[in-house]
Amino acid sequence: MTIQMEKVCKRFPQPAGKELSVLEDVDLVIGEGEFVIILGESGCGKSTLLNLMAGLLPLSDGEIRVKGTRVARPHPSRAMLFQQPSLLPWLNVEENIVFGCKLRGEKENLAVRTAQLIEIMGLSGFEKVKPHELSLGMAQRVCLARAMIGHPQILLLDEPFASLDTITRSHLQEELIEFWMVEKFTAVFVTHDIDEAILMGTKVVLLGGRPRGILQAYEVNLNYPRDIASRGFFLLRSAIIKKLRESFDGRQEG
Amino acid sequence: MQITPHLFQKRLKKPGPNGRYVMFRVGYALLGIGLFIFLWVAGGYLVFTRPGYEQFSGFLPVPTLEAFRGLLFEDQFWQSVWASIRRVIIGITIAFVLGLPLGLLIGFYEKLQLTTYTPVQFLRMISPLSWMPVALLVFHSFESAIYFLITMATVWPIILNTAHGVSQVNPHWVNMARNQGAKDYQLLMKIVVPASIPYILTSLRLALGVAWIVLVPAEFLGISSGLGYIINDARDTMEYDRLGAIIIAIGFIGFILDGSIEIIQRMFSWNVA
Ligand SMILES: Nc1ncnc2c1ncn2[C@@H]1O[C@H](COP(=O)(O)OP(=O)(O)O)[C@@H](O)[C@H]1O
Ligand SMILES: [Mg+2]
Repeated sequence: MTIQMEKVCKRFPQPAGKELSVLEDVDLVIGEGEFVIILGESGCGKSTLLNLMAGLLPLSDGEIRVKGTRVARPHPSRAMLFQQPSLLPWLNVEENIVFGCKLRGEKENLAVRTAQLIEIMGLSGFEKVKPHELSLGMAQRVCLARAMIGHPQILLLDEPFASLDTITRSHLQEELIEFWMVEKFTAVFVTHDIDEAILMGTKVVLLGGRPRGILQAYEVNLNYPRDIASRGFFLLRSAIIKKLRESFDGRQEG
Repeated sequence: MQITPHLFQKRLKKPGPNGRYVMFRVGYALLGIGLFIFLWVAGGYLVFTRPGYEQFSGFLPVPTLEAFRGLLFEDQFWQSVWASIRRVIIGITIAFVLGLPLGLLIGFYEKLQLTTYTPVQFLRMISPLSWMPVALLVFHSFESAIYFLITMATVWPIILNTAHGVSQVNPHWVNMARNQGAKDYQLLMKIVVPASIPYILTSLRLALGVAWIVLVPAEFLGISSGLGYIINDARDTMEYDRLGAIIIAIGFIGFILDGSIEIIQRMFSWNVA
């Protein structure tokens, strides 16, 4: 499923009758099966862009098409993972995972698929546990299982590992990449962490500048699993930092 | 700050129903009961042993408790208890059936909330008992009039708390469900209603408290059964020990009703991670 964004603009109404322009003329094409990282500092509009792709927010201008069809509302084929685990506290792990499928009446093979995902995500033995008894990392695994159970073609991730400790985070990064290589979905992953971006993405898109738009897009031609100490990693990292600094200096002068 | 050590202790003692903490709670509960009885004895002897007040000595603990034991073996008492509880249950059920969907809708649709705010706040401030003359004109039996009064007294807390519960629903859950393809009615039934259950139970508990308070004066007016009726009857026949015993009974039953909802509330209070 390709995602095409053309001249995407988003403005939020402000209390004083003014408007806050968050995104201006964003053009981006995401190819099928890519793992695209949207990288940028906090408040630069990453979540906004992802919510637009999900159909959770209306566009101010421009168009987003998925496989040629305009995005107008949320659709389960574009699953979303949020920074804070959004599990329903009155349901146990298993019930949370099948929540969406139950809503949509997808009962076929559900039990088998649930068991599979519980196994893959390392949740075996936690099926009947309530969310408040889970660690953040485990809760985020449950959310990932819930997002993936309906075989979405696109997975949208909004800083899903930002509130995890470093060790849990690196486990989950690896697991997600392995999972993506097996399931072959298209991933759009938002983060403010440069290392995370280069570790995971097939492409890194820098969001920033004023007005906010795409500064630059980098192809990452490194094999998985990636080595943070490798030369390729280091070169790309330096290039990205240089670009971010330029944009920051430009903003201060302008 | 005086309050800090107490809060700190609460923090330490909260987790787990360990034996020590249970003893701690039970100990202070017993102290409270002891103090209550002491004040009753002391206050009673100060007031009702003074010249001119001897006729009221039935209110003292010993005669009252004796009368209370008598009540427990009396058919009329149990019939009254049942009549009163039945009225409360019927009145609250009607209020719940009306108030729950209204509260859910008001919480769900902002425009409806803005529209209903003023009338609801206005009606809520009218003492339920002031509807009595109206109720007696509209309904032909005292029984239905009392249902009406209890409904009028309890529908407001049910509407307001349910609506508040809906407005407190975690927006992440709503986004998640929308992302999973939930339609409006599914959002309501699968997210909003279960998320509001703790607030709905709170509303029921408040409603029960109000209903139990309104019931007794409502039963003074023309009806010939119920705790309000027998308390009035005891006053007319000047059986003050019996009157005191019925007051104690009203307190007990209210305490038990409230406690049973509190237990249900505990079962539904999940920890939000
Ligand atoms: N619903 C909203 N209403 C008004 N302003 C918003 C809204 N959502 C986001 N913004 C603003 O848009 C900007 C970008 O926000 P966001 O997309 O959340 O950034 P990021 O995810 O990159 O940290 C911020 O300045 C934020 O204050
Ligand atoms: Mg964000």
